[in-house]
Amino acid sequence: MIREYRTIEEVAGPLMLVKQVDGVKYDELGEIELPDGSVRRCRVLEVNGRNVLVQLFESAAGLNLADSKVRFSGHGVELPVSQNMLGRVFNGMGQPIDGGAKIIPDKSLDINGTPINPAARYYPSEFIQTGVSTIDGLNTLVRGQKLPIFSGSGLPHAELAAQIARQAKVRNSDSKFAVVFAAIGITFEEADFFISDFKKTGAIDRTVLFINLASDAAIERISTPRMALTAAEYLAFECNMHVLVILTDITNYAEALREVSAARKEVPGRRGYPGYLYTDLATMYERAGRKMGSDGSITMIPILTMPEDDKTHPIPDLTGYITEGQIILSREMYRKGYMPPVDVLPSLSRLKDKGIGEGKTREDHSGVLNQLFASYARGKDAKELMVVLGEAALTPMDRLYAQFADAFESQFINQGFYEDRTIEQTLDLGWKLLSILPKSEMKRIKPEFVEKYWPKKD
Amino acid sequence: MVEGKVLKVSGPLIVAEGMRNANMFDVVHVGAKKLIGEIIEMHGDRASVQVYEETAGIGRGDVVVSTDAPLSVELGPGLLKNIYDGIQRPLETIRLKVGSNITKGIQEPALSRETVWHFDAERKPGDRVASGDVLGYVQETEVICHKIMVPPNQSGVLSDLRSGDFTVTDVIGTLKKDDGTTFELRLSHKWPVRVARPYAEKMPPVEPMITGQRSIDALFPIAKGGTACVPGPFGAGKTVVQHQLAKWSDVDVVVYIGCGERGNEMTDVLREFPELIDPRTGKSLMERTVLIANTSDMPVAAREASVYTGITIAEYYRDMGLNVAVIADSTSRWAEALREMSGRLEEMPGEEGYPAYLTSRLAQFYERAGKVVCRGSDARIGTLSAIGAVSPQGGDISEPVTQATLRIVKVFWGLDSALAYKRHFPAINWLNSYSLYRNRLTEWFSENVATDWMELTSRALKILQEESNLDEIVKLVGMDALSADDRLTMEVARSVREDFLQQFAFDDVDGFTQLDKQHDLLRMIFSFEEKSRKAIAQGADIEKLVNLEVREKIGRAKAVPYKDYKEAYMQIESEMTDQINDCVAQSKEEN
Repeated sequence: MIREYRTIEEVAGPLMLVKQVDGVKYDELGEIELPDGSVRRCRVLEVNGRNVLVQLFESAAGLNLADSKVRFSGHGVELPVSQNMLGRVFNGMGQPIDGGAKIIPDKSLDINGTPINPAARYYPSEFIQTGVSTIDGLNTLVRGQKLPIFSGSGLPHAELAAQIARQAKVRNSDSKFAVVFAAIGITFEEADFFISDFKKTGAIDRTVLFINLASDAAIERISTPRMALTAAEYLAFECNMHVLVILTDITNYAEALREVSAARKEVPGRRGYPGYLYTDLATMYERAGRKMGSDGSITMIPILTMPEDDKTHPIPDLTGYITEGQIILSREMYRKGYMPPVDVLPSLSRLKDKGIGEGKTREDHSGVLNQLFASYARGKDAKELMVVLGEAALTPMDRLYAQFADAFESQFINQGFYEDRTIEQTLDLGWKLLSILPKSEMKRIKPEFVEKYWPKKD
Repeated sequence: MVEGKVLKVSGPLIVAEGMRNANMFDVVHVGAKKLIGEIIEMHGDRASVQVYEETAGIGRGDVVVSTDAPLSVELGPGLLKNIYDGIQRPLETIRLKVGSNITKGIQEPALSRETVWHFDAERKPGDRVASGDVLGYVQETEVICHKIMVPPNQSGVLSDLRSGDFTVTDVIGTLKKDDGTTFELRLSHKWPVRVARPYAEKMPPVEPMITGQRSIDALFPIAKGGTACVPGPFGAGKTVVQHQLAKWSDVDVVVYIGCGERGNEMTDVLREFPELIDPRTGKSLMERTVLIANTSDMPVAAREASVYTGITIAEYYRDMGLNVAVIADSTSRWAEALREMSGRLEEMPGEEGYPAYLTSRLAQFYERAGKVVCRGSDARIGTLSAIGAVSPQGGDISEPVTQATLRIVKVFWGLDSALAYKRHFPAINWLNSYSLYRNRLTEWFSENVATDWMELTSRALKILQEESNLDEIVKLVGMDALSADDRLTMEVARSVREDFLQQFAFDDVDGFTQLDKQHDLLRMIFSFEEKSRKAIAQGADIEKLVNLEVREKIGRAKAVPYKDYKEAYMQIESEMTDQINDCVAQSKEEN
């Protein structure tokens, strides 16, 4: 039997205290019925004796302490899921907003999910070709990886994410592919960019969209990514699809979390973010992967804007500790007009070593990758020196490295958002650029590969 | 049995009333699903309990039952090759039972109750035995012979002991204690995780733990029984360093604790280690490994327990007289779990919200490492080395966890993101890292590797230091302004960095380097330096010297397989001599 309570004692920010309740469980979903009959949702944050502290998912406007009623549902927050979700648009709380019919659910799933047993994971090792040289060649993405894009305000992270969604494919495989997209507190224009891009390429039929715009309740943002991930888990692990999840923008999510934490008067960690931000982010990011008993996979690309382009800010910092690498966008490259403006040196894919090489990409990939990195790093050092002291102060070798760094930026990094390069094209381009340097500098590449792939000059 | 009722639930912390007769640190079961928790505070009849599982669905009035026992681990044959969560639940068994996600309230014995082990008794009825005495042996894996010992704090006369096939719970014998009571001996026993296992005596560590990692063995070695920490920002390669240590260290048993880290990293270890062959035993690496996995999406409170679970298992193997390494990745997540519980207990926070007892907890953990004389009449010696990764926020090592750790550990491998961006791996910064064991290990190295080991490695450190000084000058006035001697110093330092320190973890040959090969590599680099300095004195051109063909061969020398390397090095040495002599001859002709 579901009881109704009229004992709301306090409402402050996103929090509400209800007194004299019985049998309410931690993390339970509740519904608040306002005097005008509208219904808002909330979740139990703390049970203390007969008092219950709940967190609202929507704004508290119009809530009346005397006449509002609260009901508790007996279960946590759930999302009804079905294969028919593909091609549909939902709000941040998982309700359809595209005017279409209601979803007839296959089942309802708790949006918090359960931790994946590490003994039941498969190690991700299938190469995904994104067609972007800086990713495929240097920071290879594999199926089941979580690889965030660290961006800054005004940088074209949306274009890069859309390019990946458009071009990503696993070669020699024809398995089912789907995109789950969660807009977390972004503007209408940004969301619209993704939606029109998906429409243009026809990807929209394979896409599930969860949209929480900047104008929607901030507090709803806490659920939005979890809704999206629950849908993704269903599609991946029960329908055996390969799902690419794009979450944008995690910074807005963390801010909503901070709002709730501040309202609870919790001891803050760095910069006012709660001490459990790491754990909270991890429970989302760790839902990516591949596991036994299913052919599907979840590959995740969270996008976050670094406040002041500061990589040590808690949001990018903690994200970097959880995700398997990061693609960092650079303002410098953007100013030079090199697109996508990937900052190659600090970018990283931790899973690349098992996803590249013979049979996956090409035998020389690992060597070329390390050589490109090392040579570009040395070239950049040389260029810095050149700025201070002029070209004449460089040794002849350093001058070649500086020349290499320039060519690398203008050809390898700069490819535009609409060029789709195969991995062979990327590697061949790498060799072409490396041949600016003398052959004896190729210390990172096995000699037999240097012999085989060194470009023949005519 | 004390039974109480839940009063308050706030994340992983619950408060139960009616618990006056429960003991501090007792394990309790919460609610109908019997979630596992531990009492961490008592106020009157109210007990604060940290719950090791997700508490969603717990409400006021749910039953809390004390088990009257502290959080303990089960110790006996069957630990090796296994993967456990933070409170020693076997993850593989759980997977077979409930599928690929971990459901709440699941309980499984840590050691299989079905597996039958063959036990060879060494003692016979009538023998007087005391705590730590070896009763007999079980061949646990192909490489580890598990000693079944008299559990700590037990002694008396054996009234019964027999060889045969037993499960871990079968009685293998009986001990008649001096007070007249009897104690049943089994292949396994339990030990509380928060209590260090006793030993007879602690000794200073004097032997290196050989890791095959050149920057570690040569520049910043760790002793068997020592402590080390690896702090570094994300992406600097902490995990790869830890994995390399787990793979190649010359110890008998490795306990790898994944504490609040990525699930895929544990999977990597779990899938990769069985395929890797331990160069010392010729068997799979998994035969000597125990994994503790509390990944970041698993409940936060169990993270706190996981490091204790891991080190207790390690101590147990140390007690058999083995060399054990415990590798914890990452202790920062453990500290954060402490912080979260402390916050929920509404304690007064110390620095950055961490509890004031952070330092003492860290110290207690690392102090459980060491080289000891084990209990037992044979006075066997065991070592336990502890290596912890630290993940400082924003890579800033002035934060409390790193600073507290540095005050305790003796070896500091500081990882540097600037090196990592240049793909210099392992990205151990040679300027700020240190090892306090270097002097103590000198004797061992000069007896077992080469008498000039210390001299060569100190020279490597010195030239790297000189390079960093010269580097500042170069940034101001350019390379041309350096004298030929200083140019050479820069080039040799580069050679030390690129041809010696840089090591590619995923390469079959380069991933592990034997000590004598490490020595000869350094020897070769410095022999180039000595010969070149002489040549410069005789008027040779520095530009020609640094671009000699042989230098590329020096660069590739680390990739020469161990069996061929002596020969290859001889050849490089002779080519080096010839080419440098040519250089000198050329310069004489020109003048």
